Amino acid sequence: MELRKDYFADVRKDGLNEIGQPRPRLDSPGHVTGQTAYFADRNFPGMLHLKMVRSPHHHARIRSVDTSEAEKHPGVVRVLTAKDVPHNVYTILILIQIGPEDETVLADGKVRWKGEAVVAVLAETERAAQEAAAKVKVDYEVLPAVFDMEEALKPGAPIVNEYHGRNYYLYDSGDCRKVRFGDVEAGFAEADHILEQTYQSSPIEHAPTETTGCIVAPEGNDRFACYTNTQAMFFTLDNASIILQMPGSKLHFVGGTVGGGFGGKVDVIVEPIAILAAKLTGRPVSFIYSREEEMQISSPRAAEKVVIKDGVMKDGRIVARKVTGYTDAGAYSRHSPYGAQKGAAHYPGPYTIPNVWIDTYCVYTNRTPSSAMRGFGVTIGDFALEVQMDKLARLIAMDPLEFRFINAYRDGDMKAHRQLTEGAALIECMQEASRAANWPVADKYMAMSSYRKGA
Amino acid sequence: MAKVPVQFTLNGSEKAEFIESGTTLLHALRDKIGDTSPKGGCHQGTCGACSVIIDGELRLSCLTLAETCNGADITTTAGLAEGGVLHPLQRAFLDAFATQCGFCTPGMIMAAKVLLDRTPNPSREDVVEALSGNICRCTGYEPIIQAVLTAARANSQSAA
Ligand code: FES
Ligand code: FES
Repeated sequence: MELRKDYFADVRKDGLNEIGQPRPRLDSPGHVTGQTAYFADRNFPGMLHLKMVRSPHHHARIRSVDTSEAEKHPGVVRVLTAKDVPHNVYTILILIQIGPEDETVLADGKVRWKGEAVVAVLAETERAAQEAAAKVKVDYEVLPAVFDMEEALKPGAPIVNEYHGRNYYLYDSGDCRKVRFGDVEAGFAEADHILEQTYQSSPIEHAPTETTGCIVAPEGNDRFACYTNTQAMFFTLDNASIILQMPGSKLHFVGGTVGGGFGGKVDVIVEPIAILAAKLTGRPVSFIYSREEEMQISSPRAAEKVVIKDGVMKDGRIVARKVTGYTDAGAYSRHSPYGAQKGAAHYPGPYTIPNVWIDTYCVYTNRTPSSAMRGFGVTIGDFALEVQMDKLARLIAMDPLEFRFINAYRDGDMKAHRQLTEGAALIECMQEASRAANWPVADKYMAMSSYRKGA
Repeated sequence: MAKVPVQFTLNGSEKAEFIESGTTLLHALRDKIGDTSPKGGCHQGTCGACSVIIDGELRLSCLTLAETCNGADITTTAGLAEGGVLHPLQRAFLDAFATQCGFCTPGMIMAAKVLLDRTPNPSREDVVEALSGNICRCTGYEPIIQAVLTAARANSQSAA
């Protein structure tokens, strides 16, 4: 790797001793010898296996749950339903005051997506748990479901999640996250060209090689060790503490090695119910997603829809940008209100635009709840924005890279969120990219700098 | 469930176990014998994380019944380092940054070992072909391919 230390040499602190030095990864000796301990590499005598009974419907009222046959199945030790969970309705981000609590650990009265957990079965073997789970009888009254964000937002659409009472998340700023900067209509009025385009994405599954799960072992003194591959250790500990109504000091979480996550293991789904199961049976419990569950049940990246309208001048300046973004949360919030909010912050792009107007909605549908994944809320947005940038450049017959130089934010520029740009270095990155890709731009762009003295 | 006796050699040492009929080798190795180096990523023969070497052949331990391994000679990644010295493949994976989460690594190393045992000087295409049954969601494969080629070169130099 080449380090270009000539950039910003006069403004940069140069006490960076590690950057540019190869360093061995701490964990790779364990990986190459097969000695790294993943959560499932632990085995406890007398361990029970947990299998979930899941909703076969996208949206249904639960009339009744009958677990009597399952309980009689050989090898079954206990069956758990909603009434066994101390604080059954929760939401992950309540820890940072983002509510309301809107998701059940085990469904209570209603299911809102196909695959939702309804009943947990604990048995001596995985097979017995699976067979018993098939014997749980749930009587459903199927309700109309909504799978499309536009449909969900129409008046009269079936309400997906009563805890919200409407099919979108209510921010403190209102129906959506908003950014307002300058006068976007005035910007469009002065623009030489206007381009409005819609971009859409589908949900994406992380598909980690190691599936989601945990193993819980009672440690005595009503304390529980939870070996887990969570990517969000303290979120999980604190949420488990709320759900189980147990002090955090009773919960001993052991993690560290995650066999691939990509954001897909930040939700708090497997640990609380497994800890509860260990508490109620007094035995170690293993709850591991099968590959099929991983693909169908774990939260994907949200489907998104982005409508971008730009006003551009013949000389290449973008003078107005209006964006409406929609994030499909699925049936529950998880991290999606935050994802939609990130989108609002991101849609101006790394560009200085004097008039910006942004609304982003977090929409509920009867689809698998979506959540975090590698830059969720901004990755799809970036794709849409940069495709839009190419289209704008084409519209005014300008080189797409030169077009970006004209609009790139530079130190001292005011961003649409009223933050002064600092340490942008975007111009310099594009100059290097132009060299590396052998995509020449006019000399005047190669002479530009992101850094402005005094900025 | 009926239990059957199974005897095989695992990384050079004799193992004798009573195993429930129908138990996979993956399950037997991990949960009975305590060698957790083969990983269960899919339990359906598609990810390669559970790969082991049985009598010189690359096999998916999640699709192999333990009871069919009587008398077999089984190698797993846990048995590759000798006297605390890493196998050239392990060294190369370590040096080439070919592991991220590490979950696919033991299976990858097994697949690579079978290749190098048969084809000491593989082409890049040979490597790609040999690893094609192993899924890695983290590395993007290129560092893994480079590691195998590097290990092959190290091998041929030490042989010369
Ligand atoms: S676990 Fe055997 S191939 Fe995936
Ligand atoms: S290193 Fe994570 S799956 Fe390969």
